[in-house]
Amino acid sequence: MQNKKYSIRKTDFIQGNIACAEGAIAAGCKFFAGYPITPASEIAHHMSRRMFEEEGTFIQTEDEIAAIANIIGASWGGVKSMTATSGPGISLMLENIGLAVVTETPCVIVNVQRGGPSTGSPTIAFQGDMLQPKFGSHGEYQIIALVPSSPQEMFDFTVTAFNKAERYRVPVFILADALVGHMRERVDFPFEDEIVLDERKKLETYQGTHQKIFLDEDVAPMPIFGKGLKANITGSTHKEDGFRNVSDPKIMDNAIKKLSNKILKHKEDIIAVEEKYLEDAEVAIFSYGLVYRAVLETVNTARSEGLKVGSFRPITIWPFPQEQVEELSKKVKTIIVCENNLGQIYPFVKAAANGNAKIIFLPPKILGALYKQEEILNKIKEVIS
Amino acid sequence: MKNTVEHPLKKYFRGEINYTTCSGCGNGIISQSILRAIDEIAIIFDQIAFVSGIGCSGWIPSPSFNTDVLHVTHGRSIAFATGLKLAAPQMKVIVCAGDGDTGAIGGNHFIHAARRNIDLTVVCVNNGIFGMTGGQVAPTTPYNSVTTTTPYGSIERPFDLSNLAIAAGATFVARWTTYHARSLKNSIKKAIEHKGFSFIEVISQCPVQYGKVIGMRNDPVSMLMHYKECAVNINKAKNMSADELKDKIIVGELVEKKNIPELTDEIKRLRREVSRK
Amino acid sequence: MVQINKDACKGCGICIAMCPVKILEFSDDLNKQGVHFPEVTDESKCTRCENCMIYCPDFAMVVS
Repeated sequence: MQNKKYSIRKTDFIQGNIACAEGAIAAGCKFFAGYPITPASEIAHHMSRRMFEEEGTFIQTEDEIAAIANIIGASWGGVKSMTATSGPGISLMLENIGLAVVTETPCVIVNVQRGGPSTGSPTIAFQGDMLQPKFGSHGEYQIIALVPSSPQEMFDFTVTAFNKAERYRVPVFILADALVGHMRERVDFPFEDEIVLDERKKLETYQGTHQKIFLDEDVAPMPIFGKGLKANITGSTHKEDGFRNVSDPKIMDNAIKKLSNKILKHKEDIIAVEEKYLEDAEVAIFSYGLVYRAVLETVNTARSEGLKVGSFRPITIWPFPQEQVEELSKKVKTIIVCENNLGQIYPFVKAAANGNAKIIFLPPKILGALYKQEEILNKIKEVIS
Repeated sequence: MKNTVEHPLKKYFRGEINYTTCSGCGNGIISQSILRAIDEIAIIFDQIAFVSGIGCSGWIPSPSFNTDVLHVTHGRSIAFATGLKLAAPQMKVIVCAGDGDTGAIGGNHFIHAARRNIDLTVVCVNNGIFGMTGGQVAPTTPYNSVTTTTPYGSIERPFDLSNLAIAAGATFVARWTTYHARSLKNSIKKAIEHKGFSFIEVISQCPVQYGKVIGMRNDPVSMLMHYKECAVNINKAKNMSADELKDKIIVGELVEKKNIPELTDEIKRLRREVSRK
Repeated sequence: MVQINKDACKGCGICIAMCPVKILEFSDDLNKQGVHFPEVTDESKCTRCENCMIYCPDFAMVVS
């Protein structure tokens, strides 16, 4: 993934949620469907105005299930589409997220995470839904998920999310949280011609009843509706031509593996991580999203005190950057995993490290509260001595 | 099945016409009515998309019809169809879903689409039961019916789906039975051409599961004759008392409203107005 | 004229019941699906009402 610096068309001081919506628009999103939910509603408010300004469509649906169904339908109608919600909404959407995966439908789903489970704490930023997009829907599947830590990244990563969704015909998640969504910071907007956009590979002409429109590890062409392509789309287990076969295990085996490989085979293009001060580090701190902000500041402080500590931050959390974490585990003695939950990504770090380094899980003292620098610094000092 | 004689509607199929429905199932009659309706309208089949739900009726268009077909999750066909129609308003979008898909799990999407008056045609195959999964009670199954989940007789009153559609704001509503295949075809034609939310309820025989409930197991002919006996045209029903209408099936074109704002038109209007500012 | 795709028939009997001039009857033979299928007894009485074609759930009947 490229982190190109672009020339600045304009600068604004805006909320993360608004930046996310503007990122979607910059990426060419022409359809937004959503249901009100704290702390994501501002995305819907903004899209309800902007979509009509951009010749797009906005619909406030009757529930979150309708929202995800609408964006999948719209994607088959040929437009880039998005929804935004929080944990409870994703829970409702999970069944159709699976449908988006198996029908290989490009779409973007934003989760502005809040305290859970259940109704929880709508305005407390939490990282409690990290496993939800990957394991929440039934069955075996891959998705892509990006974790922004600032309003600028809400803009940038949403553009990336659309690009990945288009390129790999897969639902892509933005896993923000209540603070990243609501904080106001400077956001730089690029010029339109400097934004590189991916468009889905389209089937141009009808290729016959058994045309291959699914299950290509290098992404099959998508038969957009209304072009005479006679698309045969179903959520049942199907073959490359879309025809269902639910009784032959060989067909299911092929379907599951091809869909999975479609993502895993292209990890190099999909996975992005950010490393700082790791060249001579003895300890690395693994963190993502809002927590990364606290970790980065702490690492800067620690370095100024002469501590050999670095930061490893996954921008892409799914697919999990396994190889990168394994490499890291061979370079450092200890990895401290800082995440605002009871250890959702921690087991994946531990597994990837495979005993090469010591892995310690360090949540904030109070779940849902921000880390204090001392919490992390003290742990670093404890580990280094 | 190798069909030696070509049926006039064969041109609408992806390959051989081969419905794997039970013997005597009403699905095939409804499929013919839909295709004959389309045949009589001057419309290119490629401009029609079908969205179907889970249940036997979902198999009417998917995968058989040789045009864009989207077979989705249970109860959600109308929600997917809404998104598709909003993104590609030049298409005609027809939904095929059962009474469970529309009236149970999909009830919310059904009433909101009617309220929005989005230009969709919903053909609701109402067999009064959840057939595919083994004959469980549906929101349309009559009170006191013995089904696989109401072994002592159902204790809930059923929906009248057409009335529900009308109350929710649908602007074209018709109800027929599979016995009334020709009238059904005519109403489907009108529904497709109607700009707004059209709801066509078809009382259809499920000889295996619902036939069992009413003592006509595997006897589709008796079920069709039963529809013939019980059907009362709306024009006649208007002058009948509630008592006289007990156990009757009111058929006909129940509601037709023109000049109600349709959702894709409203969206176009908003875009025009907003861009003018 | 009424043409019948006998192997497409599932033996439901709807066409026989819906024929207004009662010229369809179940065959003695069984088709490939193992059921009795309709046969025309008296073609000359056919009114081309197309009922058999319209009401066949399996598209097995063709009236030309």
